[in-house]
Amino acid sequence: MEVDIPAALNALAPKLGGTAVEKAQRLTGGASMETWAFTLVGGGEPRPLILRRRSVPMDPETSRSATMAAEAALIRAAEHAGAPVAPLVRLCQPEDGLGEGHITGFVAGETLGRKIVADPKFDTVRPHLARQCGQILARIHTIPAGAAPLATADAQGELDRYEAIYRSSGAERPILEMAIQHMRRNLPPPLPNVVLHGDFRNGNMMFDPDRGVAAVLDWELAHVGDPAEDLGWLCVNSWRFGRADRPVGGFGEYQDLLEGYIEAGGAEIPLSRVLFWQALGSLKWGIMCLMMYSSYATGATNSVERPMIGRRVSETEIDLVNLLEAGL
Amino acid sequence: MIEHPRADELIEAVAGWVESIRPHLNPRDAFLSRVAVNALNAVKRELVQGPAAEAAAVARLSALLGVEGDLKTLNAELCERLRQGAMDVSTPGLLAALKAGIEDQIAIDQPSYVSVKVR
Repeated sequence: MEVDIPAALNALAPKLGGTAVEKAQRLTGGASMETWAFTLVGGGEPRPLILRRRSVPMDPETSRSATMAAEAALIRAAEHAGAPVAPLVRLCQPEDGLGEGHITGFVAGETLGRKIVADPKFDTVRPHLARQCGQILARIHTIPAGAAPLATADAQGELDRYEAIYRSSGAERPILEMAIQHMRRNLPPPLPNVVLHGDFRNGNMMFDPDRGVAAVLDWELAHVGDPAEDLGWLCVNSWRFGRADRPVGGFGEYQDLLEGYIEAGGAEIPLSRVLFWQALGSLKWGIMCLMMYSSYATGATNSVERPMIGRRVSETEIDLVNLLEAGL
Repeated sequence: MIEHPRADELIEAVAGWVESIRPHLNPRDAFLSRVAVNALNAVKRELVQGPAAEAAAVARLSALLGVEGDLKTLNAELCERLRQGAMDVSTPGLLAALKAGIEDQIAIDQPSYVSVKVR
């Protein structure tokens, strides 16, 4: 159902501490989530805010997304744990007419991964980002498991889950098949579970040219699991934006990430464990791309974005082949 | 096959037109128009490079598996052997064959993609 977002936001303005909403505009990106920027006026200084809302109903069978309520609780818990976030302003209620969503403060900066890895204005801060990410992850991983209702998944669970999705897609992709079988035989020994961001990568962070990471965004895939999962996901080549030579997000080195993690109180994690999760991350992203293509093929969505994402499976396959060739 | 114009020329023309209207679009449509141009360019590369890539894949997989067939059949057979454990990462020639195939595919899907290197 189409919702008139600017009108609904305008009606909500009094509950946000203003009288009206101006300049409501949908931002680019996001296939299942919508992000809107708007300015709240009439309550003193105009206040830039961000609305995130689910644009398609959540499918509990194929989606493991946290609810918006859980996401909101996590943003608060992460702030408390010392991680930079866009502070929560309101968890949308049914009477708001915005569907499932939340409103947060606007944090200025850059989210576009390719700019973070290439724009000269990030040259000074870039060498510090991997260490900073390690520190932030260590803080996120201290969030108490009871902070929000979250699913739990270790490496075995993730493999099972994504293998099942792959099987149900009907696709026959030898590299994905080989990677599934190989990883199943080489699972890392279990570690105590922690609260994970679940989508901690270049593209889901707001970067400031002076301060580095200004806010960790997009908490919808948060879950409980292996701490190395968040570190490995950040290193998946699909989010290095052409800088495959800088393994951490296209901006930094493994060693800085791991050292930053320890500096902020995280456990010592061997690089081999991060590489396992990096490879599993490529596999998961490949299967997610297949799934997003399926939603087009079955007629569930008709955006040009969905079928084209299907052509990104091959990037994960070439990365998996190279990782396996290197003896993962 | 009609050659005046060829299919890849039609695609090129449409992609060029989408590019030309992008500056007039709102941010969301501008983003989608970029995706649309990427899609058209992938189709164009597949038209030009696809037949040779498929023939090479059939030859490679036939040699690897020791059976004949079209790409779909060979691919399914390879997946089945991997699933059953009859082949795995250590199978001689397997990684090399898969790597050659995926390099051809990425050249169609995303030629500018730089794959991971592990030190």
